[in-house]
Amino acid sequence: MTDRLITYSEAIREAIGQAMEADPSVFMMGEDIGVYGGAFGVSGDLYHRFGAERIRDTPISELGIVGAAVGAALVGMKPIVEIQFSDFTAQAMDQIVNQAAKIHFMLGGELSVPMVLRAPLGSGTGAAAQHSQSLEAWFAHVPGLKVVMPATAQDAKGLLLSAIDDPNPVMVLEHKLLYKTSGPVTEAAIRTPIGKSAVVREGKDAVLVATGVMVSRSLEAAEALAEKGIQVTVIDVRTLSPLDMEPIEQAVAATGRVLLVQEAPKHVGFMAEVSARLAESKSIYSLEAPIKRLCGMDIPIPYAPQLERAVVPQIPNIIDAVVELMQEP
Amino acid sequence: MSNKITPLVATGNQTLSSNPDAARAALAAMWAVRLFEEAVDSLFARGLMHGTMHLSIGQEASAIGACAALRESDFITSTHRGHGHCIGKGADLTRMMAELLAKQTGYCRGRGGSMHIADAATGNLGANGIVAGGIPIAAGAALAQKLQNKDNVVMCFFGDGATNEGAFHEAVNLAAIWDLPVVFVCENNKYGMSFSTEKSMKVDNVADRASAYGIPGVTVDGNDLDAVYAAAQEAVDRARRGEGPSIVENITYRWKGHSKSDKNLYRTKEEIEQWKNDDPIEQFQDKLESLGTLSRDEMTALAADVRDKIRIAIQEATTAPDSDPAELLASVFRQVNS
Repeated sequence: MTDRLITYSEAIREAIGQAMEADPSVFMMGEDIGVYGGAFGVSGDLYHRFGAERIRDTPISELGIVGAAVGAALVGMKPIVEIQFSDFTAQAMDQIVNQAAKIHFMLGGELSVPMVLRAPLGSGTGAAAQHSQSLEAWFAHVPGLKVVMPATAQDAKGLLLSAIDDPNPVMVLEHKLLYKTSGPVTEAAIRTPIGKSAVVREGKDAVLVATGVMVSRSLEAAEALAEKGIQVTVIDVRTLSPLDMEPIEQAVAATGRVLLVQEAPKHVGFMAEVSARLAESKSIYSLEAPIKRLCGMDIPIPYAPQLERAVVPQIPNIIDAVVELMQEP
Repeated sequence: MSNKITPLVATGNQTLSSNPDAARAALAAMWAVRLFEEAVDSLFARGLMHGTMHLSIGQEASAIGACAALRESDFITSTHRGHGHCIGKGADLTRMMAELLAKQTGYCRGRGGSMHIADAATGNLGANGIVAGGIPIAAGAALAQKLQNKDNVVMCFFGDGATNEGAFHEAVNLAAIWDLPVVFVCENNKYGMSFSTEKSMKVDNVADRASAYGIPGVTVDGNDLDAVYAAAQEAVDRARRGEGPSIVENITYRWKGHSKSDKNLYRTKEEIEQWKNDDPIEQFQDKLESLGTLSRDEMTALAADVRDKIRIAIQEATTAPDSDPAELLASVFRQVNS
């Protein structure tokens, strides 16, 4: 099987199509995923391929949709829910946090919830504060949920297929700026393992640890830094929960300098956990500079393009932060 | 070794009270709920049981009459006040008691307690600590039956208080637009904790809300076992025929407080006493005697037999091993290859 260049959203659609062909218990629910093809065009022609029963348009009813997915998952189905914007998961939190995440443990282990919840997150589209958040830390904080953030088209496919295989609830948080980006994607139904961070570039001077769209920004920053003679390793966390710290600790031990990059607000964000884990690990003895975070500002995402850009890390900010990091102590 | 009551018997268009086998099973089930809960109330009062629990004493006909309309392969979702539903669907009394006594052999291995008993083997998808939390889940389990081309029905229990939650609206609407095989059984016991239905809703009956979803809704005397069964059976048959969901509202009353902290400041002793005169078990026994379906002696023996089962449940559960903290961390997720 060969790799072709396809978009991130095409890769997601291909994964759903392959999973539905392989397993009749897989179906999808969401708002405007049928004839409309999805608010971001992800479901596309799936409705015409699989019909209205399995590509199931729903009312605007996030709590109902997620709850229905939980119930269907309890009795042998493998639902994929599309929440139109990840911000709307706030409408469905009881079913995500109190039901899906708890059922397997709380009810003694006989039942489980093999549900996949896909939701686009992130800023950059001028949609303002209620359609642009990065809420991944909420979910990563809840025991019983797995949380993945694919940063490439290949992982958008591979992580989704692994999520569908998984007998537990998995939140697949897709960055909306990535939907139209292209990358090489394997035609076969490949799996990207859940719970494995990936080293996506190697360099001896410092480590960039990133999630979501910050991975590609970090890679671009790494190119520019290389021209300045600074070689950085870039690690794509891929799975926030359960978190694989091993490659991160190894890279920090090897380079002694680390910058943690996320789009979400800094305060109590996901990278605070990575930072704490590094501080608790032996890699702290190798540090030549304090652990540094580059995050979104602790404010809601504003509308105006110049304001929106100013709130979250851009490539020049990453470059500057690494240059500063190299000047420490 | 199982410790269960005889499975409930459906009687179709006939009343449960007219059929000796059905009457015997239903009466034993109501006694099992009553005596199980009296036992846990006493264990709690004596400091032998911890946590909290919500008793349904006085509401037995609602749970048992409704469950009598179900097949073994049908599903239920239940509530924080769920012992009756659990027993009605055929749960093991020892495993229930073991769960409340925090034992490894309990339904949830001591991780859930009274509010979270589930039993996959009997189609009980779980009691729920979140008011209205089970309603969307029931709709989803019903959607699965439809997608799997099965003719099972899902019976969704909830209280009057749940009908003021958004989850009720969203789930009933989904079930209605998709004609899902689900029966929404509202156990209207007049109070959401302390807040009365007179204060919490502007309509007279929860069933009045059914018209907003374009589905049938019926209000019945929830302490009259035959009435509950008849309404439930009609709704179950309709759902099984693929004609969609219904709301069945059982008007009933809980004799005990909401949970273990209730001082009954929101209702009068007279009101409680008045409802105790409408005891669903007594009522059903009087009816069976007057119809000649069962004799008083038979009914006394039947209650004694249930009492033995509860005693065995306490004995077996008390001597079972305590739940084990060592397995907790590995129990959050189902292992991928298991």
